[in-house]
Amino acid sequence: MRTIRLLALGWLFHVKGLTSSGFFVLTSTVQPVIFASIAFFMFEAGARPGTLLYVALGAGLMGVWSSTLFGAGGAIQWQRWQGTLEITVSAPTPFLLVMIPMTISAASIGLYSIAATLFWGRVFFGVPLHFAHPWLFVLALPATLLGLGLLGLVMASTFVLYRQASAFQNLLEYPVWLITGLLVPLALLPGWVAPIGWVLSPYWGMRAVRESALGGDPLVPIGMCVGLAAVYLVLGALFLANFERLARKHATLSLT
Amino acid sequence: MRSFWRVFFVGGAISYRALFNWISPVMYVTTMLGSPLFQVLFFAYLGRFSRLQDDTFFVVGNGVQISAMAAIYGMTMGIANERNFQTLSPLLATPANRLALFLGRALPQIASGLFVSAFGFGVGLLLLDFHLGWSQIPPLALVLVVTVSSCTCFGLLLGSIGLRARDVFFISNLVYFLMLLFCGVNLPLDALPGWMSAIGRCLPLTHGIEAARAISRGAALGDVSGLIVTEAAIGVVYATAAFGLFRYFEYEGRRRASLETM
Repeated sequence: MRTIRLLALGWLFHVKGLTSSGFFVLTSTVQPVIFASIAFFMFEAGARPGTLLYVALGAGLMGVWSSTLFGAGGAIQWQRWQGTLEITVSAPTPFLLVMIPMTISAASIGLYSIAATLFWGRVFFGVPLHFAHPWLFVLALPATLLGLGLLGLVMASTFVLYRQASAFQNLLEYPVWLITGLLVPLALLPGWVAPIGWVLSPYWGMRAVRESALGGDPLVPIGMCVGLAAVYLVLGALFLANFERLARKHATLSLT
Repeated sequence: MRSFWRVFFVGGAISYRALFNWISPVMYVTTMLGSPLFQVLFFAYLGRFSRLQDDTFFVVGNGVQISAMAAIYGMTMGIANERNFQTLSPLLATPANRLALFLGRALPQIASGLFVSAFGFGVGLLLLDFHLGWSQIPPLALVLVVTVSSCTCFGLLLGSIGLRARDVFFISNLVYFLMLLFCGVNLPLDALPGWMSAIGRCLPLTHGIEAARAISRGAALGDVSGLIVTEAAIGVVYATAAFGLFRYFEYEGRRRASLETM
């Protein structure tokens, strides 16, 4: 019970913190709306019919990825800069349980992205909001956020080992948008790209959300999101333990 | 006069080294080349999917726009970070010519922006269905020099605002992404609502991208001279406004003793 309380309160605390950051407001609401607008205009001018809801959801998920990448990927590094890393590591609570709500909250504020692009699309572009499986859509969203949030845990625990981690964060935004098919179908990309997307939760999250909204069988992608989340959790726990061991051994916990 | 050029060239180079000492080669490659590489690819493939235009349209649009990484972000930091790093007061205590001091900072960013743009075009040539004849390169280079300079002037304006604004990096981030929408980077201007294309025509990049697209499709330099002159004029207007704001904030900062107040 205490663990659940810790996770829930940690999640709420970090959601509030990220929501008050101008950078994350830009990343999770303004930027997806701009990308959605570009895509709406492109699809309208290109006379590609029936794709506006597809675009709104894709642009929203792009925002989820950006929030996760910048919010979760740099979570440990940010604690270092703020001087709170030593305190959280030395607390009796396992460090993993401190990190999980932090990275999931970063993915969660991506919900703003989906809400923003759907609202924007509906009001300004007349996007039809007819969902094929509304209940599965409601199920697909948390599964997607869980998958992305725990991928964020893996990123946080590996990026922290590199001083140039923020450089990798800048690099990874567009490629993941591309190779997980958030706006461009993988069929248009070279064949070797698809298998890379399969091990990334944004690909399955995109399929879960899109197939529950536009029709299809979203249960498999929802299951894949949850399954990948479990794999990421194991990997994240291992990497985090390794980071903690190395930091204690070399006395580099607070070194940036 | 000699002192003016010394502050312009040497001062500009030293300020770049000082303010951007955190940019390591890895950081430069991943941020200034890696991210633009995938931006070009992303929009080219999105263009194929939307059936809007061919690869040339997107390679040229994004190839020019990615120079804004240096021109907008770099230039904003090149001015506003003097305040953040608490070096603005000593800088403005010097008798150095303000115009040379101000414009000299733009030179390294223009060079960096041109390099990033050239890389973007290289990506298009190597990985996408984009072709460029040898005879098209000199006029395209001229268009790029004018466009990147013009966009850097816009960055100077944002940097000047950063001498007063609390979070100018929010503004520069927002501007960078809005330029993707308003400047005809990935859309023909006539595909946008009238008010959006009107705003786009007042921004840097728009006319430069149009000129670069015309050249890449075989137009001569003379055919796009009007667009190049307009792009240059837009840059001059922004540079003048930027310098005016810079002097105004310097004057106000001295008067209120608030130069480096955060």
